[in-house]
Amino acid sequence: MQKESRPLYLVALIFSKEVMKGEKILYLSGSWFNWANDLYKSFYNALIPNQRYMSYINGLKITLLISFFAVIIGILIGILVAVLKVASVNYKMRWLSNICNIYVNVIRGTPLMVQLLIIYNLIFTSRNTNEIVVGAVCFGINSGAYVAEIIRAGIESVDKGQMEAGRSLGLSYVQTMRKIILPQAIKNILPALGNEFITLIKETSVASVIAVTELTKAAQYIGSRTWKILPPLIIAALCYLVLVMGLSKLLSLFERRLAKGDRN
Amino acid sequence: MIVTKNLKKVFGNNWVLNGIDETINKGEKVVVIGPSGSGKSTFLRCLNLLEEPTEGEIWFEGKKINDKNVDINKIRQKMGMVFQQFNLFPHLTVLENITLAPTKLGIMTKDQADDKAIELLNRIGLKEKALSYPNQLSGGQKQRIAIIRALAMNPDVMLFDEPTSALDPEMVGEVLELMEALAQEGMTMVVVTHEMRFAKRVATRVMFMDEGKIVEQNTPEAFFDNPQHPRLKEFLSKIL
Repeated sequence: MQKESRPLYLVALIFSKEVMKGEKILYLSGSWFNWANDLYKSFYNALIPNQRYMSYINGLKITLLISFFAVIIGILIGILVAVLKVASVNYKMRWLSNICNIYVNVIRGTPLMVQLLIIYNLIFTSRNTNEIVVGAVCFGINSGAYVAEIIRAGIESVDKGQMEAGRSLGLSYVQTMRKIILPQAIKNILPALGNEFITLIKETSVASVIAVTELTKAAQYIGSRTWKILPPLIIAALCYLVLVMGLSKLLSLFERRLAKGDRN
Repeated sequence: MIVTKNLKKVFGNNWVLNGIDETINKGEKVVVIGPSGSGKSTFLRCLNLLEEPTEGEIWFEGKKINDKNVDINKIRQKMGMVFQQFNLFPHLTVLENITLAPTKLGIMTKDQADDKAIELLNRIGLKEKALSYPNQLSGGQKQRIAIIRALAMNPDVMLFDEPTSALDPEMVGEVLELMEALAQEGMTMVVVTHEMRFAKRVATRVMFMDEGKIVEQNTPEAFFDNPQHPRLKEFLSKIL
């Protein structure tokens, strides 16, 4: 009974003004209290006044928008390049796989930020470009190269006999690819693909260099207003963390559903 | 039905097939035997162009099929193939395995294909497995389903590439039984196998391949009781 009530008793001590004046241990508690209060205030300032939370929400929206379209563009490019690469070996079209290789090597061999700046300054030079579209296209093109390699590895991980069985039944190359090879490949590539998308979401923070006010940039703006950069950055970090954890959860659910054909 | 003319196939520097002239008639059950590396599987796989011949011609039902203008997918619909490793589609149920090709190719409606699949499954006594996935089946069951998957396309000829080599010994029987039943119904069959008993019982003609050539062929009785070529004598003495 006594032991249980002890923490409550301590809290009561800390918060009661009369005791705060006196002893040393309570003085320490008081400084802890001040520190917590400061912390609370700085987060409050980073979040509430002037509806600053709307800045995060808007930034988050743009981050999600860029990520979403970049993922879609990335998957489309990735599947196309991967299938072309695999098929070009089959149909003996060296030039096609060479083009694909150049694309993959250039994208993988240069930093994302440099690609972003080049595409922004070189290709989209007109005054009224929509930075969000530029960002989505650029991240999509970038992601496509990585996704292509992931999917190619996935396709090649499917037993060769599957393609032969499909073709021997009279299905065309494309039909076999779509109905037999890709569904099996997806199961193998999903973990790596999920990784790629998680990376992609976080990398969109680089979009701030082309003046897109996504989550990170929004946090920086607020930091410059409140003269305290750390709290908004931590808030932004938490947003990314929640986003990524949500995505991981979603992916693992998806993986489990796809595993239904596995052993028993 | 199937005619090959001077069929040759090279992998790298290795001439796997060294000029094969052969005719397989409707209703024949041809069994191909030979040591490993003799080219018997390659020969079989050339017949439906899973391997592209380096030289020579392949004719099927009066058409030259290794020709750029021929739609090989149409030809393959008439040539069922069964593989050593079964190659069932693991992400599809047994029923979907069987109905995928007929429905996808527009040969049957979904209902027709389902009826046909159930009828075939009934025949091999695996109707209750229709909604199972391949990984839930034994090797023998998988191979029998692979066979009826090919049959669902109503092929004119069935090609078997060592259909029992990957099976546990006790499961070989059920697969051979099904193949024998097929043979009795008059299906044209080309079988690459090491099952000599099957060759003796079912074959109308047995071929012996060595180093990319058909060295000797005969009716099963003459083939096994009175082999001529020394290489065949040696081969038979080792395995019988």
